[in-house]
Amino acid sequence: MTDSDQPPLLEVNNLRVSFRTEDGLVRAVDGISFTLRKGEVLGIVGESGSGKSVSMMSVMRLIIDPNAVFEGEVIYKGRDLMKLSQDEMRDIRGKEIAMIFQDPMTSLNPVYRVGWQIAEQIRNHEDVSKREAGSRAIELLRAVGIPKPELRVNDYPHQFSGGMRQRVMIAMGLSCNPDLLIADEPTTALDVTIQAQILELIRRLKSEFGSAIVMITHDLGVVADIADRVVVMYSGRVVEQSEKREIFYNPQHPYTWGLLGSIARLDRPKPPRLTAIPGTPPSLIDLPTGCNFAPRCRFRFDQCGIEDPPLVDKVGDGHLDACLLPVDGRASQREAVINPGMAESA
Amino acid sequence: MSDLVVEDGTRTQPVAVGSPLLVARDVKKYFPIKQGIIFQREVARVHAVDGVSFEVLEGETLGLVGESGCGKSTLGRCLLRLYEITDGTIEFAGTDITRLSRRQLRPLRRQMQMVFQDPYASLNPRKRVGQIIGDPLKIHNMGNRGSIKSQVQELLSLVGLNPEHYNRYPHEFSGGQRQRIGVARALALHPRLIIADEPVSALDVSIQAQVVNLLDDLQDELQLTYLFIAHDLSVVRHVSDRIAVMYLGKIVEVSPAEDLYSRPVHPYTEALLSAVPIPDPDASAHRERIVLEGDVPSPVAPPSCCRFHPRCRYATEICSAEEPPLVAYGTGHIAACHHPLNVEETPAAVFS
Repeated sequence: MTDSDQPPLLEVNNLRVSFRTEDGLVRAVDGISFTLRKGEVLGIVGESGSGKSVSMMSVMRLIIDPNAVFEGEVIYKGRDLMKLSQDEMRDIRGKEIAMIFQDPMTSLNPVYRVGWQIAEQIRNHEDVSKREAGSRAIELLRAVGIPKPELRVNDYPHQFSGGMRQRVMIAMGLSCNPDLLIADEPTTALDVTIQAQILELIRRLKSEFGSAIVMITHDLGVVADIADRVVVMYSGRVVEQSEKREIFYNPQHPYTWGLLGSIARLDRPKPPRLTAIPGTPPSLIDLPTGCNFAPRCRFRFDQCGIEDPPLVDKVGDGHLDACLLPVDGRASQREAVINPGMAESA
Repeated sequence: MSDLVVEDGTRTQPVAVGSPLLVARDVKKYFPIKQGIIFQREVARVHAVDGVSFEVLEGETLGLVGESGCGKSTLGRCLLRLYEITDGTIEFAGTDITRLSRRQLRPLRRQMQMVFQDPYASLNPRKRVGQIIGDPLKIHNMGNRGSIKSQVQELLSLVGLNPEHYNRYPHEFSGGQRQRIGVARALALHPRLIIADEPVSALDVSIQAQVVNLLDDLQDELQLTYLFIAHDLSVVRHVSDRIAVMYLGKIVEVSPAEDLYSRPVHPYTEALLSAVPIPDPDASAHRERIVLEGDVPSPVAPPSCCRFHPRCRYATEICSAEEPPLVAYGTGHIAACHHPLNVEETPAAVFS
């Protein structure tokens, strides 16, 4: 990384988000920290309920719930977003930081033409005429690969297919050249061939527009494809964080091993069985003491139920993990999870 | 297109165990699109399934893959007669079930069951788990209250749930556990065939692996035959013995599982495989991606002849002039394409 000495674009420090409910306090995000450099693609991986969407929605200050409690800092270009008023935030949202949501079927307004929806966003942030905003909308639709954009701007969302709607969402996200684009499972609702188109598009836009991207996903294949750095989340915490290659070739946390072991893969010979992670994620109301993953971890020992593992760099190179296992024994333990057949024969 | 299909049913050599359990011949399902307020007339038809022939062999898992809208779920439902088919025949264990009445069908229903995609929608929220799993037993008169309860508890422990949870409601379970309940319900009547329609796609990856392993174990234990419908090619490869690829209402390729991945013949299969993201950064950076242009065309007016030709990078004039027949390429590997890939020898046999 050549620009590692520059200040990061986004710095999340010890962010906590919890919701007061009748049953108790739900700790959706439980103290996460990460940084994002300019032009970087950060993949956030985790299962449903791991807090990946809530954390990024909080960064955008999109959670408006009287029962939500926020703590921590979100420093964007030197300003703490958590301290801004909603009015100040509105200037940043869409212009500086844009977000693409998972479900392209519900995130567009069905009663307005798509061109109008894109133009509205531009006119909200910039002092341009309607006509100019309209022609920029056409250009944006062209940039995201929608055929005949000058005709399609006048269509309503229902006239577009799922993949096309997601392109419209991306066009909207890019309308003000944001420095940061947060994509929340942008391809999950789409078929693989359409997903390939959208990933190709995001890759191209990254090089053309130079935006930093936060890619929230549960698909490790998408991360391997597009991310520079990866954050793995489990039950509201970051359990591992590093450069992409390290996560795939030298993962340190047993949860990451479990994820890698439990996916069926096309690039490897078919194993007799998938290594499933036993059990289910813990309830966010009643988190276990010590490591959250310990109840499902086959390598847990006594200390795991007592001590909260800190997220620290144990192997070097900025590769952080939150696990108490001794580093030198991990390689063989990892093999037993990811390549069980090979570990037994070796 | 009946001329593409051989009538004698010997077109695929048995690559897995057993003889055909379920045979579909030229199955068509069109949904009418109607217009008008009082006098509804049919203005068009959705060609959801358009002439599909294949067989599921006893004891095997046949994977059925395709993108959304290709008709794979409709086909699954047609095979169980949950939808009335427009044309064609379906045979189950040697019996033609296409024209059977509901009453005649009932004893056969026991032998073919379904697991649905969405474990949140496929369980009645007002019923207790015991009732959900026990109802099929009650309908088919398989025991009194006491024996149904013990059978249900046995089923619960078979799918890895606590038999004590007999009296709980579906909302008290997580997604993976609900899907286990769906599996237990399907198993209640000791079926021979289970049609699983995207059984794991609504689940998280770590839970997916649990359910996939469960289905695997149950197959060994109970000698089940699966038709596994899914869009996720990696999961399908893991569970299937043979795989059928569907595109816009037609089967374009059928092949033994490993063969399909190492040697796809149909360009659509090739494109699908290359679009699956691979969780390995180096391999991912070096592989060739075939990005298909555009979307799947509308099944109301599908493209003529080869339905894939508008998106196919190998397409020539013949593709829009002549419908490609299903042709055999090696053992049990058939595909319908004018420009087959990964084929050195001349086709073994042409069906026409």
